[in-house]
Amino acid sequence: MSSLAADERMAGAGLIRRLLIRPELGSVVGAIAVFAFFSSQSAVFPSANGVANWLDPASTLGIMAVAIALLMIGGEFDLSAGVLTGTTGLVMVTLATKYGWNVWAAMLAGLVLALLIGFANGLLVVRTKLPSFIVTLGTFLMLQGLNLGVTKALTGTVQVSGLRRAEGFEGARALLAGSITVGGVDFRVAIFWWLGVTALATWVLMRSRAGNWIFAVGGNEQAARAVGVPAARTKIALFMTTAVAAWLVGSIMALRFTSVQANSGIGQEFIYIIAAVIGGCLLTGGYGSAIGASIGAVIFGMADKGIVFAGWDADWFKFFLGGMLLLATLANRVVRRYAEEVRR
Amino acid sequence: MTPPLLEARQVGKVFGSVIALKDVSMLVRASEVTCVLGDNGAGKSTLIKILSGVHGQDSGEYLLDGVPVRLSGPREALDRGIATVYQDLAMIPLMSVWRNFFLGSEPVTGPLRRFDVARAKRVAREELRNMGIDIRDVDQPVGTLSGGERQSVAIARAVYFGARVLILDEPTSALGVKQAGVVLRYIARARDRGLGVVFITHNPHHAFPVGDRFLVLNRGTSLGQFDKADITRDELTSLMAGGAELDQLAHELGRDGPVEAVPHDGPAEAVPDDGPVPGGGRVAEGDPVPDAGGGSVPEGGPVREGGR
Repeated sequence: MSSLAADERMAGAGLIRRLLIRPELGSVVGAIAVFAFFSSQSAVFPSANGVANWLDPASTLGIMAVAIALLMIGGEFDLSAGVLTGTTGLVMVTLATKYGWNVWAAMLAGLVLALLIGFANGLLVVRTKLPSFIVTLGTFLMLQGLNLGVTKALTGTVQVSGLRRAEGFEGARALLAGSITVGGVDFRVAIFWWLGVTALATWVLMRSRAGNWIFAVGGNEQAARAVGVPAARTKIALFMTTAVAAWLVGSIMALRFTSVQANSGIGQEFIYIIAAVIGGCLLTGGYGSAIGASIGAVIFGMADKGIVFAGWDADWFKFFLGGMLLLATLANRVVRRYAEEVRR
Repeated sequence: MTPPLLEARQVGKVFGSVIALKDVSMLVRASEVTCVLGDNGAGKSTLIKILSGVHGQDSGEYLLDGVPVRLSGPREALDRGIATVYQDLAMIPLMSVWRNFFLGSEPVTGPLRRFDVARAKRVAREELRNMGIDIRDVDQPVGTLSGGERQSVAIARAVYFGARVLILDEPTSALGVKQAGVVLRYIARARDRGLGVVFITHNPHHAFPVGDRFLVLNRGTSLGQFDKADITRDELTSLMAGGAELDQLAHELGRDGPVEAVPHDGPAEAVPDDGPVPGGGRVAEGDPVPDAGGGSVPEGGPVREGGR
């Protein structure tokens, strides 16, 4: 870790402790176990094609899980993140198909809307001091109603489609929803977006002032404020980051399927949180990792596709999800006690 | 003589109909320790919140280097060299020592304004060593430090960031005897480095050895500011609680007190040896004896009713 001479009392035990309190530890162990398990069930699963296959669901989930992880480290939740992927997709497809906008311009409009919603979420939370769980539950329900109501009013159905015919579609699709061939295997381009988002988030968390502030406002907001951390700005920025991630995922999905259902994204918000928690984020904030959240998403991708590879009923996925969540939270609690224990 | 670093003249603060502080004056000079003593509810917290810019005073004057000022907030106080170390919110337990040390004032480098982690770790280690603070590893979470070590890191941080006045809010109150001694030593060290220190405490035994000047507060008013030469430790103790109240307490706690009014299964004179005296001896008729630890007596200080 550091090149400077460590204290002589830090031998041995310190290294083990340091490894143990890495937030990613639980998710890495879990990912290895899940990979080994499904590899024993199906020969395709560990092959390059299999990997490309299960990395695909991991990628869009991962982009969201990373953003939610930053937000959770900052001490807040966003339940509206899932439905916002639907909202941004609906806005983009509606503008491009009903109003003849260029796809790029429609995407930009979706981004502006996402930023506004993220800002509103953040502002409400920091101004009212209400739990973000409640505030974003409100936004979640409102967006859910808007998605359905506006879509029905405009199209008479519960979906918007026909994005393929819109101007600028091919370029946008290649950038966000295309494939890249590596060594004869097609990988969805979303996977690279996800890797980029994870790398950027990790850099911000570990190597920027903002990262220090995120840990601080989640760990103890008052203490952070007392030493001059702009806590309100940090939190609002985190909500806006989550909204941008939702916009990115919403756009990827819309460009891939060329249509968006009005109920798209609903129910996903908890999966993002679960992936972040499996990745080592504490529900109470102040601790966690972007890489961990990504690995949490990989576990879900593997389980999602692995169950299919193994020829099982996909209903078992939910059971698996619940089990992983319980195990991860228990492991995190142990870690937190270990990290926080005070020697007096 | 140069003007004092910080001076309060007859400051007062009112919250609604509650007069939290009235006509309190104090001064802080470089290389001196000014102790603010008072029991719970005496107005210590209100006074330091005014000094640290959290509240503006409603009356009186606040001077820095002899110039009257009105601080816009804690950030301005910090920028003017007034650092406050709060008792309970000094540190963020899950963050490492070096991250805590630079929190809010992180050094950056390069065009991307990257957090200069290597420098942060090196400086944190050096500064702690300079203050004589023996931390095993700056990477360890602050939560694994003892209470005294945490206070010491917070003090070292304030000194490093160019504080001229260091306000310490009850830094020793939650600590054992040995740990409190450690913190007192760092207070002395900060003073020797030329800082003016405001040391808030309810414990005259902690204040007296390190203090140069003592301000005693009671129920929001000042009982006076004394130089060390003008007061003894016993006078200070007795002034803090009001001498009459101490005598009354001593009388009540005596073995010939009204113990016959207490219904009890065991021996009536039994006093639990692992906790403070329950209820300070003021037990109403018919009430059961409160559990040990129910009423806490401030370390070394007298008991007074009407906490905050």
